[in-house]
This record gives sequence, structure tokens and C-alpha cells, in this order.
Amino acid sequence: MSIPSEDQLLRRSRMGLLARANPQRLAALMPDLPAHAWLRAPEIGTVMVRGRTGARGAPFNLGEMTVTRCSLRLEDGRVGHAYVQGRDRNHATRAALIDALMQGTEAARIEADLLLPLRAEEDERRTARAEKAAATRVEFFTMVRGED
Amino acid sequence: MYVATKGGERAIEAAHQWLAEARRGDPAVPELSIAQIREQMTLAVNRVMAEGSLYDPDLAALAIKQARGDLIEAIFLIRAYRTTLPRFGGALPVETDEMAVTRRISATFKDVPGGQVLGPTFDYTHRLLDFALMADGDAPQAARKPAETQPVPHILQLLDRDGLMEPLTQGEATPPDLTREPLEMPADRPLRLQALARGDEGFVLSMAYSTQRGYGRTHAFVGELRIGTCAVEMEIPELGFAVEIGEIELTECETVNQFTGSKTEPAQFTRGYGLVMGQSERKAISMSLVDRALRWDELGEENTGAPAQDAEFVLYHCDNIQATGFLEHIKLPHYVDFQSELELIRKLRRDAGAETCKEAAE
Repeated sequence: MSIPSEDQLLRRSRMGLLARANPQRLAALMPDLPAHAWLRAPEIGTVMVRGRTGARGAPFNLGEMTVTRCSLRLEDGRVGHAYVQGRDRNHATRAALIDALMQGTEAARIEADLLLPLRAEEDERRTARAEKAAATRVEFFTMVRGED
Repeated sequence: MYVATKGGERAIEAAHQWLAEARRGDPAVPELSIAQIREQMTLAVNRVMAEGSLYDPDLAALAIKQARGDLIEAIFLIRAYRTTLPRFGGALPVETDEMAVTRRISATFKDVPGGQVLGPTFDYTHRLLDFALMADGDAPQAARKPAETQPVPHILQLLDRDGLMEPLTQGEATPPDLTREPLEMPADRPLRLQALARGDEGFVLSMAYSTQRGYGRTHAFVGELRIGTCAVEMEIPELGFAVEIGEIELTECETVNQFTGSKTEPAQFTRGYGLVMGQSERKAISMSLVDRALRWDELGEENTGAPAQDAEFVLYHCDNIQATGFLEHIKLPHYVDFQSELELIRKLRRDAGAETCKEAAE
């Protein structure tokens, strides 16, 4: 696999954000769906998750996770794909629509109205978790013995 | 010998109706929602996902409700559901170096980069029943402290750097899969880890405990135990590159074990590894102890005949769905089998009786 281009990196990060997004929140941010035709209707399946022996060694199969995928085409021909965690067909549909819309003139609007809030909310959740973890970090101190 | 093969339908239907009523319990008590189980019985949900070998908290919560809290029954439901789904492919291995940790402790080093992070642990609680939980209360709030969200490095890398740890071996990009090929011996380490990761927590715990008590002793230290979330990435054929398809919670345990060296290897530390879906440190620690015990052969150690050193024994008995399936089938009708046993016993007694009569007569 070759080194991804800047566009690919942005698309990758977007698709990751959409895959991790809460489906209800995404639906609230995107109530109306533009017309589209299915290249692959939403389908629920699994992906085998893998770990590495000793964290960095040989891969092994850990277990599966549920994933929903779909591919669609907008009326103007732009194609969008989605692979999202869970079993929500609407979640996958919206993710694929955004993937397609981001390849055209709507990109700036979608970035501002949809991706920006999703990213900010995710950052907030992550910061909250990190801050709670930080509060449970042990601060060791040495007991000072008496003189002599 | 003829036995009735019909006639149970009505009884079965009534039994299932009663099951549904019993599952609901007293209708005066509010019904549990799936979200309540997912949010408030999280560790049960985690266990069902790990041993059901399918990461989906809502499904695991549904299975627990349907199974009336019988976790092995819930795991059975998840395993059965899993078989109905197509598999889209295999993900890239999760990078636990990048884990956003909620807990991260080491029993080998006190001062480590990133520190010892306790997380939401039962450790240091007094194990006294908290009667305050019987009453409705306000939702408790965790303390917070400003934090960096940088990933924390693995502690064992410190020993790696000094060359004191056994080197890790790389393997096939596509590891063997016991859900696709029957588990056969000898099983290599990736296959053993897969079996242990979905194995019964109680069984793996007891096997690990047996090594601590001297049956295949390996002197394990918990080098690092971490719990947190990791991204799952997969190559998408339509795109030609990998994307994140989600995020899962994992528990990882790396043990450091004494190793005095062999003919070919210098004295060094060896590794045991445990990785489990969800928050389950008892299982992750157990898994790494059993993983290490099963490595006696490749490390040139003595086989003391301990159960935890016997891969066939451990791997063929750690799956609670296989075990319960075979165990519980003996309660199903065996009328014909038993009739033949009955005939045999009667015949043996008749023959013995005839003998005795003959002896008495003589």
C-alpha cells in the first residue's frame, strides 16, 4: 500500500470520526438525507478484531465486532462508502452520504455544520476521560524519617 | 423398544410461557431496559462480549436480559447470533501502544513514564456492602485533574531496551482462526491466545491459580496491566486504504517471568500475554499466566505434567459453550440408551442370581 495523499488522510480521519459517532447525534445533526442510489445497500456483518502477541509480536484473532457497511451514489454521480461500528443502518447511510458530499461544493458547509461539532464533542469526551484518569494517578511520596 | 416421540409440544409451549413470565418477575417492579443493563451492569456485558467473542454492548445487554442474567446462556445466544452474520474481513491488529488508558498499573516498576493510573477500580475498596445503593441517589461525579491525552508507552519496553526481555517473534499477517478451522493440536501461540481470549473466565482463572500454587510454576509479575480504548482499523477494498471502523475497550496484561536461560538463550525475562475485550482484568491476568505456562516447550522448560502445561487439556476445556452443550445434553431424553442399560443390569443380576441358586443347591 502506497503512502496516502493528503486528501486520503483527510478522508480517512473523517470516516473514522463518522464511524465512532453516536448514531442518534448524527441523525440530529443531519435530519434530511439527499437523494441517492445504492451501490451496496446497508448490510450488517462482523469484522475480526486482532491483537498482537506481547503487544508488538505476531497477530492473533481476538474476537469479532459488529459493523454495518454500505456504498451509495448521489444523483450527480459522487460515490460514498461507509464502514461503521454497530448495527445501525441509518448510521452507515449518513456516514456514506457525508463521504460522498465531502467530495464536492458542500464540503465547507458539512465541515462546519456536522464534522466540527462531532469532532468537538468527541474531544470533550476524550478529555473528560483523560482528566478522570489523571485524577486517579498515584503521586508517590517518601516518608521522611526522623533526624539521625 | 418404542418410545413416545410426540406429545411434548404443549408442555414445552407452556414452559416457555412460564419462562417469559418468570423473566419479567413481579410486574409491580419496573422492567429493566437494555440501556440500563448496558450502562449499569457493564462488567457483565463485557464478559458476555469477551466470551461470546463479539463486541456489541447492546446485543450483550439484550442477551443478558433474555437469559435472565445467566451469563453462559447469554454467551450462547451471542455465539449463535454471530454465526448468522457475514464476515466483512479482518482488522489490522489493534495498537495497544496507542490505547487511551483509563487504568494502567505496574507491579514491577513504581516510577514509570505516564505514572500509575488506578482508574475505576474495585481495588482498595473495603468489600463491605454499600446499603446506600439500595436507595435512589444523585449520580456520583468522578474527580478530574488537567491531563494530557498523549498515549503512554508500554512499561516492558524499558526492559526491551536493555535487552533483558525475550524478543518477540513476528508471525503470519493472517493468523489461524478457530472459528473457521477446527482447533487441532499442536496449537501455535496465536491460536492458543484466541482460544483463551474467548475462554471461560472461571476456567482460565482456576488454571492460572493452579500455576501460582505450584502446578507448572512460572513466577509471574504483572509488568503492566492497562485498560482503555483502542481504534480498530481495517483496509477497505473500495478505497484502497485503511480506515478506522470503530473503537473498542480492551484490557491488556503483560507478565514478566523469570527465565534462567537454556542451551541457546541467555538468562532473561520471558513474557505471558493476555488481551480481553472490555474491562476484565481478572481474565486478562489469568490469560497471561496460562499463556506463559503453555510455552514450556518452546522455552525448553520441563514438562512437570501440570494441567496448565497441557495445551490439549486447557484449550479443549476452556470454552464454556462447548462444555455446557455437552454437559447439559445429558439431561435430554436418553430413554432408549437407558432402557438398554436397564436390560443389561437385569440380565447381569439374573445370571448372578442363577449362579447363587446353583451354589446354594450344591
